[in-house]
Amino acid sequence: MTLELKGVSKVVAGQTHIHPTDLVLEKGTMNVLLGPTLAGKTSLMRLMAGLDAPAEGRIFWDGQDVTGMRVQDRKVAMVYQQFINYPSMSVFDNIASPLRLMGVDRAEIDRRVHETADLMKLGPMLGRKPLELSGGQQQRCALARALVKNAGLVLLDEPLANLDYKLREELRIEIPRIFEASGAIFVYATTEPEEALLLGGNTAALWEGRVTQFGPTPEVYRRPVDATTARVFSDPPMNFMQVSKTGTKLMFGKGQSTTATGRLAELPDGRYTAGFRPNHLEIAQHTGDAMRFTARLDVTELTGSETFVHLTHHGERWVGLVHGVHDLALGADLTVWLDPRHVYIFAEDGALIAPAAYALAA
Amino acid sequence: MTDATIAHAPSRSRVRVNSSAIVMTLYLLFLLVPIYWLVNMSLKTNTEILSTFSLIPQNPTLDNYRTILTDPAWYMGYVNSLIYVVMNTAISLTVALPAAYAFSRYHFLGDKHLFFWLLTNRMAPPAVFALPFFQLYSSVGLFDTHIAVALAHCLFNVPLAVWILEGFMRGVPKEIDETAYIDGYSFPRFFVRIFMPLIASGIGVAAFFCFMFSWVELLLSRTLTTVDAKPISAIMTRTQGAAGVDWGVLAAAGVLTIVPGALVIWFVRNYIAKGFALGRV
Repeated sequence: MTLELKGVSKVVAGQTHIHPTDLVLEKGTMNVLLGPTLAGKTSLMRLMAGLDAPAEGRIFWDGQDVTGMRVQDRKVAMVYQQFINYPSMSVFDNIASPLRLMGVDRAEIDRRVHETADLMKLGPMLGRKPLELSGGQQQRCALARALVKNAGLVLLDEPLANLDYKLREELRIEIPRIFEASGAIFVYATTEPEEALLLGGNTAALWEGRVTQFGPTPEVYRRPVDATTARVFSDPPMNFMQVSKTGTKLMFGKGQSTTATGRLAELPDGRYTAGFRPNHLEIAQHTGDAMRFTARLDVTELTGSETFVHLTHHGERWVGLVHGVHDLALGADLTVWLDPRHVYIFAEDGALIAPAAYALAA
Repeated sequence: MTDATIAHAPSRSRVRVNSSAIVMTLYLLFLLVPIYWLVNMSLKTNTEILSTFSLIPQNPTLDNYRTILTDPAWYMGYVNSLIYVVMNTAISLTVALPAAYAFSRYHFLGDKHLFFWLLTNRMAPPAVFALPFFQLYSSVGLFDTHIAVALAHCLFNVPLAVWILEGFMRGVPKEIDETAYIDGYSFPRFFVRIFMPLIASGIGVAAFFCFMFSWVELLLSRTLTTVDAKPISAIMTRTQGAAGVDWGVLAAAGVLTIVPGALVIWFVRNYIAKGFALGRV
C-alpha cells in the first residue's frame, strides 16, 4: 500500500494553495505535515482524501489512479481539528456507522465497536450522545470512528489542537501506539515542531503551499535543506544573521569571527546566512571558542523553569531559550554566547550549505 | 441605618416587580380581549349578541359549534383548507430542503442575487398574482382544485422556507458532511439520516410558517376556488344570508380557525423566535 502524489497542485479562484507536489507515503508509516497556519496542510490533506480534486497532477493508491474517485469509494478515514461526530446518534452508532455502510454483519459490528471503544476508553460512554461528552472524549469518539473501519489511509488534521494541555499529552502518546497496529498510512498535520518530533516517522515541512522537505523526522530536524524548513521546524523559529567569508575567516554579524573548518573551508569567499536555534543561544560562556554578541534585550518571558529572551542584534530579531529563571534588565544590552558548532550556514537564496557540526555528529 | 436599608430594600424591589407585572397583565388583557370576545360570542345566541351587552353568555349554548360540525357547507371548508395547507407545506419543504442545502454549501454564479431575489417574492402583494394565476389555472383546468391553491401558495412559502432552512443549515459545520462522505454515506442517505435530524427544529419551524401563512391567506385561495376546494376563510366571508349575518356561527367558525394554528405553534414554541429571524440567530 502506497499513496503517491505526482505533481499535484491546488488552485482556488486564481490563487495557488498548493504548488505542484510529489510525495510518496509508504504503508505503515506516520507522516507528519508540519507547517504554520495557512501553509497548506489541510489543503494537501483534502487532496489526499479526495475531498478536493487537484488542479493538476494525479494521485495513485497502490499504483492505481484514484484522482477522480468519489471519496465514498476511497478507503480513507479523517479526523478534524473540530470534534466532528453525528450529534443525533449515540456514541455506539457513531462508531458503528462506517461498518454498517460497509455491510458488516451485526455481531461483527458489535464486537469491533466494543473493542475500539475500549481502546479509546469510551466503553462506559457508548449509550451517550456525543454532545454529552467532554471535549477529549468527543475527539476520542471521532478517532474511534476513523480507526474502526480499518482504512488504508488515516488523515488526522490537527486532531489535538482544540484539546487542553493535559489531554493533548495523553492522546499524543496514545495515537501512534494505537494506529501502529493497524498498518495503515498515517498523515498527521500539526503546527508544532515538538509534536512532529514526538510522533517520529517522516515529516514533510510545508511553507506557503510548498513541501520544502520530506524525510525521516530527525533527519529533517537536524539537516534542513533550506532556511525555510529550518524556520518551520523550530519553535520559536530559527534565528538568522549575516556572515561573510574572507580567506579562512568567517565574520559573524559585526566583529565576531571564527576559523572556517571542514566543508566551510572549501567555500568561496562571499556572503552567507548563518542560522541557529533559540535553545543554542547562551547567556553565559560554556565553551572556550563560543562567539560573543551584544544585543538589546526587548522582552523576557518566563515559562517556569526556562526563560525566553527576545533580542535585537543590529536590526535582526533573535529569540533565545535559556535554562533557569533570570532577572534581566529590559532595554539594556545583553551579552550572549553562541557555539560555532551550533551554527548552520545557508546560501543567500536559503539553500543549506553546511549543517551545524553537532547535527552531523548526532 | 444599616438595618433600615436592609429592611427597605426588599419591599422597594417588590413594589417595582408589582408595577411591571401590572403593566404586563394589562397588556395581556388588551391582547386577549378580541379573542375572548370571539369565544364569548360563539357561545351566545344571535338574539343575545344583538340585544344586550354581556361579558359572559347568559344562556351558554354550543348550537353554533353544532351547526358548523354537522353542516358540510361549513366543515368542508376546514377540510378543504387543511388539504391544501398540508399539500402546500409538503411541497414547500420538499422543494426548499435541497434548495437551501445548495445555498448553504455551494458557491455558484449569482447565488447571492438569486437568494435575495427569492425573498423579494415574499414581499410582492398576493393581489398582483391573483389575476395571472386565475387565468392560468382556468386555462389548464386546475381551477377550483386543492393543488391549485397549494401551488399558488408556494409562491411565497418556498422562498420563506428556503431562507429559514438555509439559516439553520449554515449552523451545521461542513465537516460533518465530509465526515459522512468519508464514512461512506451517499448524498441522499447522508441527507436523510444525518443532516435532517440535525436541522429538525429548522424543518419544524419552516413547516410551521408554511402552515400558518397558507392557512391565513385569503385572497389567492378565494380567487382560485368556487365550490369544491372552497377554504374556510372564504366561507366565513360569505355568511350573510337572507336573515342577516349569523353572528354566533361566524364567531364559532372563527374560534375553530384559530385552533389549528395554536396547536401547531405549541410544537415549535421554543424555536419560533429563531424562525422569525429566518434562522439567523
